[in-house]
Amino acid sequence: MTTTATKVKTRRRRAFTRKDILTLSLFIGVPTFLHVFWVWIPAISTIGLSFTFWNGVKLSDIKWAGLANYNTVFTASPQFYDALQNNTYWLLWFTSIATPLGVLLAYQVDRAIRGHKIYESVYYIPVVLSLAVIGIIWRFMLGPAGLVQVLLGHPGIEDAIPIFGNYSINTYVILGIASWRHIGYIMLLYLAGLKSVDPSLREAAAIDGATEWQTFRKIVLPAMAPVNTIIIVITVIESLRAFDLIYIIYGTSTGWPILGMLVFVNIYGQAASMLGAAYAVILFLLSIIPIVFYLRTVFREDIK
Amino acid sequence: MSGIVKDQKYRNRQKYKDALITTFIAIFAVVWMIPILWTFWTSLRPYSDIIQKGVFSRPDTLNLRNYADAYRLMNIWEYLSNSFIVAIPAVFLTLFFGSLIAFVVTRYSFKFNLYLLLLFTAGNLLPVQLVYAPLFKMYIWIGDLVGNRNILYDSYLGVILIHVALQVGFATFVMSSYMKTIPKEISESAMVDGASVFRHYWNVILPLLRPPLAALSVLMTTWIYNEFFWAIVLIKSDNKRPITSALGRLQGEFVTDFNLLAAGAIMAALPTLIIFFILKRQFVSGLTLGSTKG
Repeated sequence: MTTTATKVKTRRRRAFTRKDILTLSLFIGVPTFLHVFWVWIPAISTIGLSFTFWNGVKLSDIKWAGLANYNTVFTASPQFYDALQNNTYWLLWFTSIATPLGVLLAYQVDRAIRGHKIYESVYYIPVVLSLAVIGIIWRFMLGPAGLVQVLLGHPGIEDAIPIFGNYSINTYVILGIASWRHIGYIMLLYLAGLKSVDPSLREAAAIDGATEWQTFRKIVLPAMAPVNTIIIVITVIESLRAFDLIYIIYGTSTGWPILGMLVFVNIYGQAASMLGAAYAVILFLLSIIPIVFYLRTVFREDIK
Repeated sequence: MSGIVKDQKYRNRQKYKDALITTFIAIFAVVWMIPILWTFWTSLRPYSDIIQKGVFSRPDTLNLRNYADAYRLMNIWEYLSNSFIVAIPAVFLTLFFGSLIAFVVTRYSFKFNLYLLLLFTAGNLLPVQLVYAPLFKMYIWIGDLVGNRNILYDSYLGVILIHVALQVGFATFVMSSYMKTIPKEISESAMVDGASVFRHYWNVILPLLRPPLAALSVLMTTWIYNEFFWAIVLIKSDNKRPITSALGRLQGEFVTDFNLLAAGAIMAALPTLIIFFILKRQFVSGLTLGSTKG
């Protein structure tokens, strides 16, 4: 009796009615269609187009180019190496300074130092601002008649020192502005993760006489291993993707070239060139490593 | 005995260190706020005041004149509403689609579940520049095909759809990790009761998803509101621009009128700042759900 009952149960659970199958197909089908057609098909097309010559107007004008675009990028585009260098600076600065600062800040805020609620908000505010607003805000700081100019003794509009156009300092300035936003972002991400660390671990460490620095290094960092990976990966992906801030400061003039901008200037506007597609593919190839790391970390249980 | 003395010593030293760290963080917090406060200060003063007396002068007048002027001259309201016309449907659709996929993937054991999750999550992480050129062309071709070139290109719909297509990956990921914590028994009893798939989703699962839906809607509204790339690339008409890309143009037009521009920038920032201060908890939990699984 009981066995037949369970059999009926399982059969009823497994078998979908025709309506259910339709519902399930729509549930999966509609979002997947949108995602594949809007994201993956264009992405794969860009890879294909990077091997062609095309001005972006008529499909019939597409001509096979082989590796010619890549050849141009690697041998005849000094901007490419400048961009690669700038993306590398960005990456190194973010991974070695901005992200660790955000992590340490999160640790201190999580320890509930005095005023931690205020600091949490203050450091996060730049993250909710759009980069368009950030661009304007920093122009008031650094541009002609800006606060920094006045402090440096150049209050007039005419005698302003060029800061964004000065090649010996603009890298630091840009990375500084970018960090202004990045540190708060990392802080909040890490803070979210820290809440899941068992507090008794830290109490035990404190009773054993560990200093806060030792507790952080020996207890918190290892306990946060998956979050650490995610944060490093996010930092790398953000460094490769960088675009908005540079566009706001320099427009399309490539005053401080980065890969994301080179894609844009080669495709945007009337005279498109598939050099832009080649740049996009290079950007993609560089992003694959962090993306795979990310997927492996967040889906590690499912993949097993 | 000596152990206690040592303890005391440690604790005292830690106290000094804590004081030092707190001071440091406090000083930095002030530095962090200066750019925003400075912009706000600039926005309250008339331009002529600054020109005549210099940036650091004591202001004769402090008022909201610049706000009224910027509001009128810069069409701020139009751009702000454009931003919301894009952001609200985009967030709504993203969460709806994300919840559908997350529901199927976590409540049924199909073979393709993991691949589906990987596809969406990876798509969310692709650099947008890789998608840009063909998508742009695709929009124009679809427009020509249906006889209305502006159906996707230079239209709200086109911008909304690309936001949804990209962000649905993040929403799916967050909601599916949340859903794994909902006991399987709830679904099993629904299935045993003979509920259809739709009822199972709509009446059983969706009400349980309220926490991640709240968190994600806050996070995504600010992301999409602040988004910049697609707004430049896909919107050509000035009267359809969202506030982010409009500010870029206004910056060129009002380049000499600092105070007006400052007021415009503050107004553009207000919606996200208000959302942040009112719904701070949702922000944090949204990021928690996204960064630590389960």
